[in-house]
Amino acid sequence: MDKLILPYKHLQTAHCENGVGAGLLRHHGLNFMTEPLMFGLGSGIFYIHIPILMVNGGPAISYRSMPGWIFSRASKLLDVKVNRRKFSSEKEATDYLNKQIGLGNPVGCQVGVYNLPYFPPEYRFHFNAHNLVVYGKENGNYLISDPVMETATTLTEEELLKVRFAKGPLAPKGQVYYPENVKPVSKEQIQKAIYKSIHRSAFDMLNIPGAICGVDGIKYTAKQIRNWREKLGPRKAGLYLGQIVRMQEEIGTGGGGFRFLYAAFLEQASNYINNEELLKISDEFTKAGDLWRASAVNMGRIYKGRLNEQKDFEESANMLDEISEIERAAFKALRKIKA
Amino acid sequence: MKKEDLPQDPSALVGVTRDLCYVKDANGKYTTDLSIGWDVKKQALDNAWNDINERINEAALQVKYGKMSPVFYFMEKKLMDLTLLSGYTGFWKLTIKRHFKPSVFKSLSDTKLTAYAKAFDISAEELKNFNG
Repeated sequence: MDKLILPYKHLQTAHCENGVGAGLLRHHGLNFMTEPLMFGLGSGIFYIHIPILMVNGGPAISYRSMPGWIFSRASKLLDVKVNRRKFSSEKEATDYLNKQIGLGNPVGCQVGVYNLPYFPPEYRFHFNAHNLVVYGKENGNYLISDPVMETATTLTEEELLKVRFAKGPLAPKGQVYYPENVKPVSKEQIQKAIYKSIHRSAFDMLNIPGAICGVDGIKYTAKQIRNWREKLGPRKAGLYLGQIVRMQEEIGTGGGGFRFLYAAFLEQASNYINNEELLKISDEFTKAGDLWRASAVNMGRIYKGRLNEQKDFEESANMLDEISEIERAAFKALRKIKA
Repeated sequence: MKKEDLPQDPSALVGVTRDLCYVKDANGKYTTDLSIGWDVKKQALDNAWNDINERINEAALQVKYGKMSPVFYFMEKKLMDLTLLSGYTGFWKLTIKRHFKPSVFKSLSDTKLTAYAKAFDISAEELKNFNG
């Protein structure tokens, strides 16, 4: 296989998993698919603050559901089968990928970003749940559509193998995935999927037991923040706040910890199901996203060293409490949306 | 967030890519726009790197003063922890901890040194000869 370029259209998105999922479904003829729809139908919006666990020496917080779930959930609702494979042997993983491309299937690949050569060095951490599409091979290089990049790019065989077999938490184990036998999707199917997915998101954010998930999780973080300065000292507490902002605003979130992306989904969904109420709820998520951004600005003042009093930490925590209440009301309203 | 409020502060993304964000257009509808960065998150990332670099410098000193082996230094340098290094080398975490001791490190077999060198993406010579 010297030269094989599949007609895959590069799609830049905020978030990599949405981008790969939406791009692959569009490739298979589902042209209505957009990033917000993928994110919303996949019930991507979430919040969790895992106690004790540390990520890069800071709190472990996520604004989205588990890696892999978005594409799986959305595909299931649209009756699309996704074929996923993991490998223990590098050779098998390479052969399988080549075979799929040979069969005309662009494939999604889970990779680690630490060794992704086209990423800015400042962004290369050992994060293993990045996703990209391989859509061909030319002059010994794989053709890569990475959703966070503005244009398509390439990786050598060795580079791709290395990132596919990154080790550590969430190790990709060479995982590849692609949709199979994609059938046309009717408007009724999309409508049904919208109802199901917003109810699932409402459940995830309101009803998961324990105080670390969903809207309660946001309050949990607020409570922690109030204690950090005393417990960790101003410097480390500042670093912790920085970690929150990075998880919330870093490339891939669309801004505001995915809340703007979800607001965009509700806007599109209101067209599909002809429901004005969804537009109002969309505005609430915009408000939540704006407040998340405002809280980031406030935290930024602290870790930039301009403010570092207990009252500044309190202020950030209060903002998170306010966000929690806005989201609680919004998800309760979503729970009531009926066909 | 309104489109005109999307920050455009130069960051590490410049020359590589731009960050796609969801913003409201003049009619209040969602659209996307590209950003070259935002100072608030640039500062968070810069701080994280300052912290990492401090840890790496500290590790180099510990090697220099004979308190820790080069395995410890390169683990920090490559932003790894015991879990990651164990994943890349196949050694148990406790074994790796033992290899942090300079005296134990000196007697490591070539096979083990090569396994570490491969995990750190350096040559075995570079690993052996690092002295802080």
